[in-house]
Amino acid sequence: MTSADGLFEIALIIALIALAAGQILSMARLVIGPTVADRILALDTMVINALGLIVVLGIYQGVKVYFEVALLVAMLGFVSTVALARFILRGDIIE
Amino acid sequence: MSLFLLVALPFFGALLPGIMNSAGRSACAGVTFTVSLAAFVGLLTNLPAILAGQTVMARIDWMPELGLNFTLMLDGLGFFFALLILGIGMLIIVYGRNYLSREDNMGEFFTYLLLFQGAMVGIVMSDNILLLLVFWELTSLASFLLIGYWKHLAEGRQGARMALTVTGMGGLSMIGGMLILGQIVGSYDLSVILQNREAIQADPMFLPALILILLGCFTKSAQFPFHFWLPHAMAAPTPVSAYLHSATMVKAGIFLMARMWPVFSGTPEWFYLVTSAGLITMVLGAVIALFKHDLKSLLAFSTVSHLGLITMLLGTGTAFGALAAVFHILNHATFKAALFMSAGIVDHEAHTRDIRRLGGLRHLMPVTFTIATVAALSMAGIPLLNGFLSKEMMLEEAHHTVLFGSHWLVPVMATVGSLFSAAYCFRFIGHTFLGPVRDDYPHKPHDPNAGMWLPPALLAVLVVVIGVAPFLVQDFVFLVAKAVMGDAAVLKTKYIKIWHGLTPALYMSLIAVFGGLAVLMLFKPLSKIWETTPRPEAKVIFEAMIAAFVRLSQVLTHPLHNGSFTRYAMIGVIAMIAAGYHAYATGTVAAPVRAIQSAGPVPIAGWAMLVAATCGLVIMHRQRLLALILIGIVGLMVSVGFVYLSAPDLAMTQFTVEVVTIILLLLALNFLPNQTPVESTTLRRTRDAVVSVAAGLATFGLAYHYLLRDFIDPSISEFHLANSYKGGGGTNVVNVILVDFRGFDTFGEIIVLGIAALLIYALTEALLNGPVRRRLLNRVPDQPRSGDMHPMMMVVVTRVIMPVVLLVGFYIFLRGHNEPGGGFIAGLIVSIAVVMQYMASGFSWASARLKYPYHGVIGAGVLVAGLTGIGSWFVGKPFLTSDFTYVRIPPFYKFELATAALFDLGVFLAVVGAVMLSLESFSRLARRADSAENEHPMDIDPSRAVSAEGSTDMKEGN
Repeated sequence: MTSADGLFEIALIIALIALAAGQILSMARLVIGPTVADRILALDTMVINALGLIVVLGIYQGVKVYFEVALLVAMLGFVSTVALARFILRGDIIE
Repeated sequence: MSLFLLVALPFFGALLPGIMNSAGRSACAGVTFTVSLAAFVGLLTNLPAILAGQTVMARIDWMPELGLNFTLMLDGLGFFFALLILGIGMLIIVYGRNYLSREDNMGEFFTYLLLFQGAMVGIVMSDNILLLLVFWELTSLASFLLIGYWKHLAEGRQGARMALTVTGMGGLSMIGGMLILGQIVGSYDLSVILQNREAIQADPMFLPALILILLGCFTKSAQFPFHFWLPHAMAAPTPVSAYLHSATMVKAGIFLMARMWPVFSGTPEWFYLVTSAGLITMVLGAVIALFKHDLKSLLAFSTVSHLGLITMLLGTGTAFGALAAVFHILNHATFKAALFMSAGIVDHEAHTRDIRRLGGLRHLMPVTFTIATVAALSMAGIPLLNGFLSKEMMLEEAHHTVLFGSHWLVPVMATVGSLFSAAYCFRFIGHTFLGPVRDDYPHKPHDPNAGMWLPPALLAVLVVVIGVAPFLVQDFVFLVAKAVMGDAAVLKTKYIKIWHGLTPALYMSLIAVFGGLAVLMLFKPLSKIWETTPRPEAKVIFEAMIAAFVRLSQVLTHPLHNGSFTRYAMIGVIAMIAAGYHAYATGTVAAPVRAIQSAGPVPIAGWAMLVAATCGLVIMHRQRLLALILIGIVGLMVSVGFVYLSAPDLAMTQFTVEVVTIILLLLALNFLPNQTPVESTTLRRTRDAVVSVAAGLATFGLAYHYLLRDFIDPSISEFHLANSYKGGGGTNVVNVILVDFRGFDTFGEIIVLGIAALLIYALTEALLNGPVRRRLLNRVPDQPRSGDMHPMMMVVVTRVIMPVVLLVGFYIFLRGHNEPGGGFIAGLIVSIAVVMQYMASGFSWASARLKYPYHGVIGAGVLVAGLTGIGSWFVGKPFLTSDFTYVRIPPFYKFELATAALFDLGVFLAVVGAVMLSLESFSRLARRADSAENEHPMDIDPSRAVSAEGSTDMKEGN
């Protein structure tokens, strides 16, 4: 194993741990609240973090298909956030 | 004409009246008549073969493994019945055209009529008894629809239900009898069964089979003690009564007894059961008929009585009895159909069919009077009319029949039956048509148009012709009787004659006719006695029995099925835990063969979050929105977990399903309070907690056990992995399993999905049209609305992203066969893309741009998948066999074409349709008349403001 590879792996592990920590912190925010808006924002952040986790996992394991999962999450992840937000603001999400 | 075509013609023809309904009533009746006529002519083309004594056969293997083949047979007996069914059918169609009023839906009526006709023709031409049963049940269903045709009449609905219940139960027992019979013989083909008389009669299961089959025949042909449904079926329109309840359906039981005659007759069991049932029915029906004041009720009981007569003749088991039975079937069909039609004419013109309010119609309706008199006198057994001939043959047969060791029983009963029969015939004529003209008819009666009286007149002519010149039909009747008997008996009689000399039968006949006249003279005092005698009312008993059965089923099912989902889940979970524990405690457990692997910090973090979210959900589930957000976390973490465990398809599916679920639940939450109230006691919740913790621990134990051990048997995954590319042409095993290995399951699943979506639609539609609508309209939002209705930013983002999402969906779909993806995921992705537009620009804006209704999309999906499956039939392969090939169109790289992809397209369409239909249905509930309908995609649109020169066109987002 060359030193570059080793460094790369360490970087990936750090990224993973950072993302996981971010995920845990977002979750804490979600539990604490205090308003529903905070919680929705926390959920949205969790989606972003999950996206990062999937991408890093893909690089780490060397599987390309994971990027497509990431693509889907990136493309559609905002839909549930928008729906939740609309629900709080308008009650009816399709009006 | 081919027998298949003959049977199929009425069924296919049944599609036409509905289509022709809008073309007018005559066109509708005309097309129905043409269908019947075509079948009739087709039947006649087989006449030469029948006259030559041949049996026409046709056969298609349907389910040979079950012994169920589409085998048709046309012999003398079948031909005779088919002739009656189609011939009288045509007369009924002409009559019905004129009988039904403008308010009645004629297309519906004739559709049912043709369905019934097809089923009847099917019964009499079936060679396979299982096939016969199918047609048998079809006649019950068609008659249910016909009897209940006037849906607004309670009697019609009740009568239809009663008829269906009684004949349906009989059909059920007949299925049992037929199966036993088939087991005895080893074949379900009638032609084989009829050859095995000795084997069947010697079998110990003979009696059960006989009783079960007779139950079917007796219920269908209204024999005592099942006779009660027929009079109640008279609530049907008169054409139905004339067709079903005189000439065809009630004769189906008789037909089957005649068909089975060679096998069953001659045994004492058959003789005692059939003869006594027939005899009782004959006398009972005749006596009751005399005292009925409703014309159709009178005729109904007289039909019961005559069916009893025929049954009794078949029961005697002699060749002469069979001959008389066949002849009487013919005669009864002619005069009884004519009588029913006359009664219908009276009802139609005088607006009543209560005999007490009629009388003196002779002068007002001379044509109807003539027809009805000829038919009724024939029924009474007056010489030179056809009823006399067969009735005398019956009396002759009765004279020779010894029942229960008595020489007197049968002749006396037969004479009494004939006597009352003559009496009610005379009453029918005398009290309806004779006597003084009255001035209090509900409606001034006069003869109807020719379309109504011609059909019964034709039958009346037949009555006279057969009565005067029996030799015209003699050969045919003998032929049919021979077909009934097969090799079981030989006819000794050569002729059907009017004058036999001074035989006992003639004396009995004379007693009957003059006795009948005498009884009519004494009608008033007799009627008084009858009215005061208490007698069981069949309808009351029947309803009480039904109510008792309903109570019994309630007692049995309510404790088990009380609607509480918690309870079902608890019972299910406890049962599963118990079974699992039993297996664990009594079976052997292999030693672990795998080591426990260590988990890194990141998976542990993910796991901890999953657990935390789940626990949080349990604690906070009463806050509905919060619960939904927590469910979002669970879904997200599960998706990431799938990725981590190398299952990208599952991750994609999980994620897209998650998005759709949140949207669906939010739409529903709009109508629900924010908090779930506490409804159950602490004790109950503790119980539920204990059960669910136990279930969780058991699942954990099972998973732990399996993760450390290999399967005992090689798992099926090996097969799938090995054959996925070889057999299915795809390298994505999951997709190949879905669309190929288990394609049939998937086909069923998309159908279920479609049905579920349609049900959601139907339920919301029902809500919107029901009393809930007012509450929905008056609903006040529980919190103030804020923000834009359709914010510009969201509109722009969703529009821009739409083509991208569609492209990704397309890509995922195409690639599905070899890489993770497929129709299901693609369907969800595309649905989300469309839902985004709904959310951004609103329901009405999006609906207005919708080209294809979602119902159609679902249907198209199921159709495409189904057609793909059927496609493999054309190359001689079983349903859903898939094939694939490689195609290279220069300059492209070669690519694969698989039929499975087409199937996947069906899955895709069904998923899109189902998801969108359910979302749209929920959203439709929130639509209110007062809410501002938007025609613009967004509330604030700078381009519009500029073009309108800053007018107040901009909508307020309030």
